[in-house]
Amino acid sequence: MARDGGVSCLRSSEMMRVGIGGMESQPLDLDEVHVLAVDDSLVDRIVIERLLRITSCKVTAVDSGWRALEFLGLDNEKASAELDESSSFRQVPVVIMSSENVLTRIDRCLEEGAEDFLLKPVKLADVKRLRSYLTRDVKLSNANKRKLPEDSVPVNTSLPPPPSPFTISPDSSDSSPPMTISPESSDSSPPLSPLEISSSPLSTPIDDEDDDVLTSSPAPEESPARRQKMRSPLD
Amino acid sequence: MNTVVAKLQRQFQDYLVSLYQQGFLDNQFTELRKLQDEGTPDFVAEVVSLFFDDCSKLINSMSRSLERPENVDFKQVDSGVHQLKGSSSSVGARRVKNVCISFKECCDVQNREGCLRCLQQVDYEYKMLKTKLQDLFNLEQQIVQAGGAIPQHFPSYTILRPDIRPCLDA
Repeated sequence: MARDGGVSCLRSSEMMRVGIGGMESQPLDLDEVHVLAVDDSLVDRIVIERLLRITSCKVTAVDSGWRALEFLGLDNEKASAELDESSSFRQVPVVIMSSENVLTRIDRCLEEGAEDFLLKPVKLADVKRLRSYLTRDVKLSNANKRKLPEDSVPVNTSLPPPPSPFTISPDSSDSSPPMTISPESSDSSPPLSPLEISSSPLSTPIDDEDDDVLTSSPAPEESPARRQKMRSPLD
Repeated sequence: MNTVVAKLQRQFQDYLVSLYQQGFLDNQFTELRKLQDEGTPDFVAEVVSLFFDDCSKLINSMSRSLERPENVDFKQVDSGVHQLKGSSSSVGARRVKNVCISFKECCDVQNREGCLRCLQQVDYEYKMLKTKLQDLFNLEQQIVQAGGAIPQHFPSYTILRPDIRPCLDA
């Protein structure tokens, strides 16, 4: 069955610290957010890519979770084993996009650690909302870095798959790693984690890194509040 | 005031509004148009073109799956309908999307005859929309060639049904 897509983005400063993808040092642009968009639908990929570019995000769009891991350099045993020590992926916010407006599913996504949930079809206002998180998140992150717990959560591939991670399809020749878009939160300050937006059914495989991201994310107390902001069913 | 341009712009607006009024397009198409600017003047045309390619491919594969009555791959058909529903929703192709809803229902109860009817209908609808949008894009081109700008907003006289009313704000 066709899967929905996803978008994730990592803050470039964090990616640089970890040295993902052999990135060379470059001047940090704190307002630059790189989003990793995952969606198996080409039409949706093009649209989300444009939506993100218009809101000043750098975008890498991929068509599957596997390509996403590939892009992040997490598609091998060694990488996933090293994941515990890497803080940057833990802080990557994940945003789920789906056409299914099922509250129990949405809640589950949020409970599993997704920062936000976008109902498809995604509109410009949705992405602008997310983008405003990012700017705020970047500004806060320098002053108040969230520390990882001493006991790191082991990556466990046998855990039930979380909402599909974002997949990345290398559409740009840029070598810079994807950024995460911080989720939006109307009330309390949002968790300072990177943001990934992924739309996919809950049964997708993968994601050692997703487990990692999800388990390390702070509990989304804002979940009920976010739920209120969700749009009504389209049909 | 360039009356040729003004006339073409009016024609364009009227035609666009009619597409909403007749239910071919919904608000998501308006959202797509927001993403187009002078730097990306062909964005909408490119996206819908990809969508129509998608339609053609999916309809062909679903047709093959439905071909033999004794061996219908409903899982494959369901997957195709899901994809079609998703992409039609993403571009604002309202009628196509609505057929997909019925199509899914037929699939769920493994109604091959119903599926075949829906398949035929979805084929008709996407081709109809393709023709309509081609006419719209031609009008756009004429405006640009006459030195005018593409109207971004709907004329104030527009009175549309609430369920298909596009966003009239900027």
